[in-house]
Amino acid sequence: MFQYVLKRLLSTLPVLIGISLLLFFMLRMLPGDPAQVLAGQMASQEDIQSIRQQLGFDKPIFVQFGLFLSRLIRFDLGRSARTQNPVLEEIGSRLPNTVLLAVAAITLACLFGIPAGIISAVRRYTWIDYLFTSMALFGISMPVFWLGLMLVVVFSVLLKWLPAGGTGSFKHIILPSFTLAAFVVAFITRMTRASMMEALSQDYITTARSKGLKEQMVIIKHALKNALIPIITVVGLQFGLLLGGAVLTETVFAWPGMGRLIVDSILARDYPVIQGAILIFGLLYILVNLVVDLIYAYIDPRIRYDGRK
Amino acid sequence: MDSSKPQRSLIWIKFKRNRAALFGSFLILIYLAVALLAPVLFPGNPSAPNLMKSLERPSLKHPLGTDELGRSILGRILYGSRISLLIAIGVVCVGLLVGVPLGLISGYYGGKIDFVIQRVTDTLLAFPGFLLALALVAVLGVGLKNTIVSVGISMVPIYIRLVRGCTLGVREQTYVEAARAMGTRNGIILIRHILPNVLTPITIQTSLGMGTAILFAAGLGFLGIGVQPPTPEWGAMLGSGRAYLFNAPHVATFPGIAIFLAVLGFNLSGDGLRDILDPRFK
Repeated sequence: MFQYVLKRLLSTLPVLIGISLLLFFMLRMLPGDPAQVLAGQMASQEDIQSIRQQLGFDKPIFVQFGLFLSRLIRFDLGRSARTQNPVLEEIGSRLPNTVLLAVAAITLACLFGIPAGIISAVRRYTWIDYLFTSMALFGISMPVFWLGLMLVVVFSVLLKWLPAGGTGSFKHIILPSFTLAAFVVAFITRMTRASMMEALSQDYITTARSKGLKEQMVIIKHALKNALIPIITVVGLQFGLLLGGAVLTETVFAWPGMGRLIVDSILARDYPVIQGAILIFGLLYILVNLVVDLIYAYIDPRIRYDGRK
Repeated sequence: MDSSKPQRSLIWIKFKRNRAALFGSFLILIYLAVALLAPVLFPGNPSAPNLMKSLERPSLKHPLGTDELGRSILGRILYGSRISLLIAIGVVCVGLLVGVPLGLISGYYGGKIDFVIQRVTDTLLAFPGFLLALALVAVLGVGLKNTIVSVGISMVPIYIRLVRGCTLGVREQTYVEAARAMGTRNGIILIRHILPNVLTPITIQTSLGMGTAILFAAGLGFLGIGVQPPTPEWGAMLGSGRAYLFNAPHVATFPGIAIFLAVLGFNLSGDGLRDILDPRFK
C-alpha cells in the first residue's frame, strides 16, 4: 500500500508543475505590463515599480519562473489588487464556506443518488426505473443557476419558508445545498444503476441466490460491494463538478464562498486573487482524486497489486 | 463498402425504436427551426427597449411577458437560440479541431510526444471544465468570441483523452499493420484508417458536448462574464432577471426553460446514439 501511495503521490507532480506553468503564463498572456496587472488599475507608479522588483519582472523569464515557484511553495500568493489584503487571507475566509456547501451537497446527492440507482437497477425497465432515470437526465440538462432561482421563487418568494440567500443558520444552507446536489445527483444515480446492473449479472450473484440468501443480502452484501468502485470514482469526479457548480450556486444565493470570490475578482480584474483561487481549486481537485484513488486501492487489493507491477 | 448501407439502415431502425433519442432529435429540430426562422417568427428588434412596457406579465401581445427594459422575452428567447446555437457549434468546432488531431497523434505515435500531450491534458483536466472556462475568460476577456474560445478550450482535453484511448485500440488492428507494411505514410494511415474508426465516440461526445457548451456559455452569461448585453443570450437574460425575482419571476423563468429544453435535446440524442452505436451498451 505504501508503494502505491508513493507512486500515486509522485504521479501528481507533473500536474502540479503544469498548473504552476499555466498560472505563470496566464499573467503573461494578458495585454500590458504584468506588474501593472498585479498592482491593479488604481496603483501608483511606486507600487508598480515595487512589485516589479519584488517579483523579479526585470529578470530573465527562467529566473522569474523560479521565483514564482519558490513563492508558490511558500504559499505566498501576493496581495489582492482590490482590498490589498493577502490573497491567502481572502481565500482562507471563503474556502470553509465552499467546502461546507460542497460536502453538504455531495452528502445529499449520495443519500438520494445511490439508493435511487440501486432501486433502478433492481427494478429495471419498470415505472420506478424510468422515473429515476428521467429525473437523472433532467438533472444533467437543467442549468443549476436556474434551478436555484426557481427554488427561491417557490420556497422564499411564494411559501416564505426559507431565506433567499446569505449565511448564518442551518436554514441558509438548505436551498444552496439542494441546488448543488441536484447538479451531481444525476451522475451518481446513473453510475450506480449501470454499475449495479453489471454486478447483478455476474455468476456470483446467481450462486448467492441459489444458496438461498435473502434478496436484500444479495443486493447489499454481494452486488453493491462489488459495484462500489465505479460509484466512488464518480463521486470523486463529481466533486470537481461541484466546485464548478459552486461558482454559480454561490452567485444565486449570495453565499460568501470561493466561487463568488473568483467571479468578483474576474469582474474587478483582480489577478492575484484569480491566480490564487485557481491554484486552490486545482489543488483541491487533485487532493480529492488522490483520496478517491487511495480509497479504492484500500477497498480493492487488485488495484494496489497493479500499481506495484 | 456494400456492407455499410444495411448497417446504416440498421442504425436508423434502432434509432427510430429509441423513443428518448427520437424525442431528443425532435427537440433539436425545433431548436434549429426556431434559430433559423427567428426573424420570421419575431419581425421586430428583440433588443429595442420600451420602458413603458417594463416587466409586464405574460399576455396575448407578449406571450412570455417583457423584461426590465420592456423588451419581449419571447422575441429575445427566439433570437437567443441563434446565439446559443452559434456558441454550441463554435465550441464543438474548437474542441474537434484541436482535440481530435492531438488525440490521434498522441495515441498513434506514443513515446515522448504522447507523454507531453498527456501531461498537458492532465493539467487541463485538473480543473473542472467550467472553472477552466472561467479562468480562460479571466485572461481573454468577456464577449461572444472569447466565450466560444474559452468554453471550446475547456472541451479540448476531453476530446484528446477520448480519441487517444480509441486510437490506442485501433492502431493495433491488422488493417493498420497491413497499411504500415505496405509503406503507407503515417498521416494517410491516421486519416484514412484510424479516424473513420474512432468517429463513433467522437459523434456521441459531440452531441453531449453541444449540450454542455450551451450550459457553460449560459453559466458565463449568467455571471456577467460571457456574452454581453444587449445581445439576447439566454444565460445573460437569466442573470438580469435575477434582480426581479420577487416582483417579476417570469423574467428569469422562461430563458431557463429554453436552456433546459435545448440541452435536454442534445443529451437525449447523445445518450440514444451511445446506446445504439457503442457495443458496450448493446
